[in-house]
Amino acid sequence: MSVLWWLVTLVKVGVIFGAVLGVVAYMTLAERKVSGHIQLRLGPNRVGPFGLLQPIADGLKLMFKEDIIPDHVDKVIYLLAPAISTVAAFAAYAVIPLGPPTDFFGLLPEPVPLQIADVNIGILYIFALSSMGVYGIVLAGWSSNNKYSLLGGLRSSAQMISYELSLGMSVVGVLMMSGSLSLTRVVEDQAGLWYVFLQPLGFIIFIIAAFAETNRLPFDLPEAEPELVAGYHTEYSSMKFSLFFMSEYAAMFTISAMAVTLYFGGWQGLPGLGTLGIPPVLWFVGKVAFFLFLFLWVRWTLPRFRYDQLMNLGWKVFLPLSLLNVLLTGLGLVLLR
Amino acid sequence: MEQFFFFLFAAGAVISALLVISRRNVMHCALFLVLTFFFVAAIFVLLKAEFLAAVQVLVYAGAIMVLFTFVIFLVHIPRTEKIRQTFRQKNLALALGLLLGLEVAYILYGTMAAPASLPAAAPVGAVGNTESFGVALFTRFLFPFEVVSVLLLAAMIGAIVLAKKEIDR
Amino acid sequence: MEVFLRGYSALGPYVPVFLFIVVAVTFGIVTLFIAKLVRPHRPYPEKLSPYECGVPPLMEARERFFIRFYIIAILFVLFDVEAAFLYPWAVLYGKLGLYGFIEMMIFIGILLVGYFYAWRKGALDWVKEG
Repeated sequence: MSVLWWLVTLVKVGVIFGAVLGVVAYMTLAERKVSGHIQLRLGPNRVGPFGLLQPIADGLKLMFKEDIIPDHVDKVIYLLAPAISTVAAFAAYAVIPLGPPTDFFGLLPEPVPLQIADVNIGILYIFALSSMGVYGIVLAGWSSNNKYSLLGGLRSSAQMISYELSLGMSVVGVLMMSGSLSLTRVVEDQAGLWYVFLQPLGFIIFIIAAFAETNRLPFDLPEAEPELVAGYHTEYSSMKFSLFFMSEYAAMFTISAMAVTLYFGGWQGLPGLGTLGIPPVLWFVGKVAFFLFLFLWVRWTLPRFRYDQLMNLGWKVFLPLSLLNVLLTGLGLVLLR
Repeated sequence: MEQFFFFLFAAGAVISALLVISRRNVMHCALFLVLTFFFVAAIFVLLKAEFLAAVQVLVYAGAIMVLFTFVIFLVHIPRTEKIRQTFRQKNLALALGLLLGLEVAYILYGTMAAPASLPAAAPVGAVGNTESFGVALFTRFLFPFEVVSVLLLAAMIGAIVLAKKEIDR
Repeated sequence: MEVFLRGYSALGPYVPVFLFIVVAVTFGIVTLFIAKLVRPHRPYPEKLSPYECGVPPLMEARERFFIRFYIIAILFVLFDVEAAFLYPWAVLYGKLGLYGFIEMMIFIGILLVGYFYAWRKGALDWVKEG
């Protein structure tokens, strides 16, 4: 490990972390802007040109707000919960490839991969971290000493673990085709054909489970405001609330990047046509942006599910379907050989 | 540097394991247990057993401990903190602990005496240790693997039978 | 000591990952700490009481709850273990071929018996039918 290696690594860590933070900040603005335009409103447009400075204003506002810690909360866990959520959501970004190895126009002596690290167990690393995200929510609900928080936290954790199964099993089909858990290898394998064409059922299960995993509409029951006030973060204010808010968007960003990486060829260009002269990183960014937009679009298109419907859907429809997908992929691969 | 990381993670694992058994608030105990699993996973990474590290976090920290926290929801924490703790199984615990210590010492002695006879480390490369784990599991240890499914089946039926009365209510 | 650290040199990719996790943890701590420095702090009893839509709180918040949450959690643990076995199998599938396919179908088949048992017994229904 040379000095240059350390330098490159540190720069990569800094740039990618900063980029995720920036995307999260501007996702909060995009959410309000897109929501506004879907409802024929303008959305925030007072702070800076087109409201572009709104996220900064919001961040500062939240920072200067009083932090109300209610009586009888478990102070340590109460403080820990938002931190766990944030770390779990942000750290997953370490293994997603943003582009092919590049030497930055000859700036570096040899090409470096455009990701923090290509680990052999890339997909499992992300799943392991996202399974930690459950703790943030369940502990927030439990430590707050509030009935709404507890119910919201419980509901949310039961929802997340149910859909984590479908999410985890839906990607097995992709792994069977790529023969590797490394996300870099998965992307390289899709140079010819994106996996979404070979794994349509797996992709549908993945993307629906992704909505449930990130607690977004139509599955945003943990914070179903007519029933539960604000769910698990009812008692949170100031920067702690802000961390929950950021981790929700970071989780959305991560799951979109995973959908792109696993099913839509990551940084690869169109199948058969190549990159059309557009840098691979932009292909990646564009595809992720589409999925992020999908999250916002669906929010204003579909109504919320009832909780029993949600659980039935997870356990009685998606779990068997994801096993069926494994079966079909297995049969297909055996027959084609 | 490798030694530094090993001792860092090992110390972390031991300290958080001690906190698991010494804290009075059960929820804190459970969280320290999660932390212990994390440090153990980090040690697995140092040993190049990445797949085991991932499964350690995914299954132990991410699934089993979530079940634990659900169960702890039943416990009234302030009340449990006031209960005077008794230690009636002291002798039994001591005997079992001694037995376990001897077993570990025996294995350690065996490996120290003949380090060369150990199986070679998992092959390094793009596939890494997931593949070597899989090869062993699906060829040599196929029967135990299939038996695991029977074990899981028994656990599933057992859980449902126990909860049946409550479900029907 | 070498016994414990054999093959450490292959650790390369995990150093940046570890670094990234450290940065994420630091970010969480630093933001919470800075906010603590600048924000006001004026508590009074009413402000600190749990939020219950403006009504004085009734009973304990942490009460016993619905048994179904446990059943879901137990089933989740069991299927998660199954999924953990699926990953190495999927990675090796190209090499195992038909043999591997049959192996895994037996494994999943046995678990499906439990799954349908749970379904029949109503463990998967959130609300009891009729």
